[in-house]
Amino acid sequence: MTQTTVQLSPPPTAAGGAAIVDRQATRRFTEIAAERAIETLIRLCGVSAILFVFGIFFFVFREGAPYLFSEEFDIGKFLFSTEWYPTSVSRPRYGVLALIVGTFSVTALATFIAVPFGLGAAVFVSEFCGNKTRETLKIVIELLAAIPSVVWGFIGISVMNPLIQQVFHAPVGLNVLNGALLLALMSVPIMVSIGEDALKAVPDSYREAALAMGATRWQTVYRVLIPAARNGLLAAVLLGVGRAVGETMAVLMATGHAINIPHSPFDPVRTLTATIAAELGEASAGSPHYRVLFIIGILLFTITFIVNLSADLAVRGVRKR
Amino acid sequence: MASTVFAETAFTRKKRLNERIAQVVFGLMAVALVTPLLFIIGYLFKQALPLLSFDFLTLNPTDGMRHGGIWSALLGTIWLVTASLCISAPIGVLAAVYLNEYAEENWFTRIINLAVVNLAGVPSIVHALFGLGAFVLFAGIGRSILAASLTLAIMTLPVIIASTKESLAAVPRSFREACWNVGATRWQTIRRIVLPNSISGILTGVILQVSRTAGETAPIMFTGAVFFKKIPEGDVFAYGLKDQCMALSMHLYTVTTQVTNAPEALPYAIAVVLLGTVLMVNALSIGLRVYLRSRKKW
Repeated sequence: MTQTTVQLSPPPTAAGGAAIVDRQATRRFTEIAAERAIETLIRLCGVSAILFVFGIFFFVFREGAPYLFSEEFDIGKFLFSTEWYPTSVSRPRYGVLALIVGTFSVTALATFIAVPFGLGAAVFVSEFCGNKTRETLKIVIELLAAIPSVVWGFIGISVMNPLIQQVFHAPVGLNVLNGALLLALMSVPIMVSIGEDALKAVPDSYREAALAMGATRWQTVYRVLIPAARNGLLAAVLLGVGRAVGETMAVLMATGHAINIPHSPFDPVRTLTATIAAELGEASAGSPHYRVLFIIGILLFTITFIVNLSADLAVRGVRKR
Repeated sequence: MASTVFAETAFTRKKRLNERIAQVVFGLMAVALVTPLLFIIGYLFKQALPLLSFDFLTLNPTDGMRHGGIWSALLGTIWLVTASLCISAPIGVLAAVYLNEYAEENWFTRIINLAVVNLAGVPSIVHALFGLGAFVLFAGIGRSILAASLTLAIMTLPVIIASTKESLAAVPRSFREACWNVGATRWQTIRRIVLPNSISGILTGVILQVSRTAGETAPIMFTGAVFFKKIPEGDVFAYGLKDQCMALSMHLYTVTTQVTNAPEALPYAIAVVLLGTVLMVNALSIGLRVYLRSRKKW
């Protein structure tokens, strides 16, 4: 007598063993072997992301390590000196403070510009507009995100540069402000899409409760939705910041490329990413200069890793509730 | 009387006004994002117009990249995109199958997801350093299309994993349950039911990947792209996997920052070709997605 049970959980995998013997009794050996092989391949691809992240750290570290642990290298001077003279014949110096400040200033100004627009647009898309407008806006924002960073850099040089000179009467248009405007436009799409997800994750019952109390939509947004979606919105901002820190081509072309601690948004600077992009081609493989550029890479990797990790933890906070 | 009961008080009028203001302010913020896009594309196109022609696409750059077309860069980009897609599409799709169909909710899966997020967050220039250290030097491939495509493939992997996962998750669980109940194994279910029902969604992700890959510059700068290379015009197999190549994105960077006395329209024309390609491929992906959603049966 055959037993009929309804199966609502997935069957065991080919590697599962004895439990599936009866299932496989009617199948050829080659079929089972092929299935096993493909499932192993799937598992391997599944863990590949972990391997790649470790691989990135390992290989960047491997190129930087010989100088990082050599006696010449002084971590204090590296991080806190503004003297970046990598090609000096008599006494090369590798102080990245000016580059760190450059990266920080461009990113901070970009975040300052992008957050109101990004989160504002996220609120509008999620709460204030009809279905048609929402779909259209989301498509346009997706296209905005698709513009390659080298094209943004070109826009910085050809459009923003003369514009900034005219509007602010600045002597040069390639400066912190230019880079920050580009980075803001580049990181806004991330903020909008993650921010909208966060707002959408707030249960409708919250909105209904607020509306039933006589609150307007605006009151609902700033009294109920924003506090409820706080973590998700924070993650949206963090991921935008992460993108801005790591951006290379746009800041390489648009920030003026001068090693300099900026005193105003109209000063040119140079960032960590731009320095690697500009100098790696000229540094001979194995030289201290070359290795220091890899050490900057480790620094960048660490910064973005921490930013992304915090964003992930913030999002997880949302899911738990 | 009804009219007195429903008459607006000062309080409700103020509330309505605030509501209106909020809507307009948030709307303006959204519009402020959209306008620069249209304005900039229009401006770039207008500046590029004198140079845009079919010859511009099919001729090599000449005279120190000041004249001629962009053939060798265009072909290089096509090679890089194709090669990196051949590497990342299978790995990405299978990784998404693992995450959606096999992985259980535990710490290990969380670490994988975290790794995918971080892979997407690693700066492109660090990917370049990785490509140089791992493929060009350690693996001994040398600066070539192969090394550059491997770097690009790893960099864009998260895009394809995310989009494939989404389309796999859109297949209702009842489809799988029905298949399990007629005695199919897990892999048979995936191959006969899950993949056929999500293949068009996966395709959308692959198309999206093309546009991401075509625009990248930093990862290929030190792994395989060169400033200038002369190849036979009209021959699509002018490059090999072991060759270095030019690329559109890199060409735009070079012409903008390194070439002096280039005709004013030249960088605009390159930017328009690159931007046009990327946006058209993206629009294709979005169009396909909207079309598929409209005729979804479940």
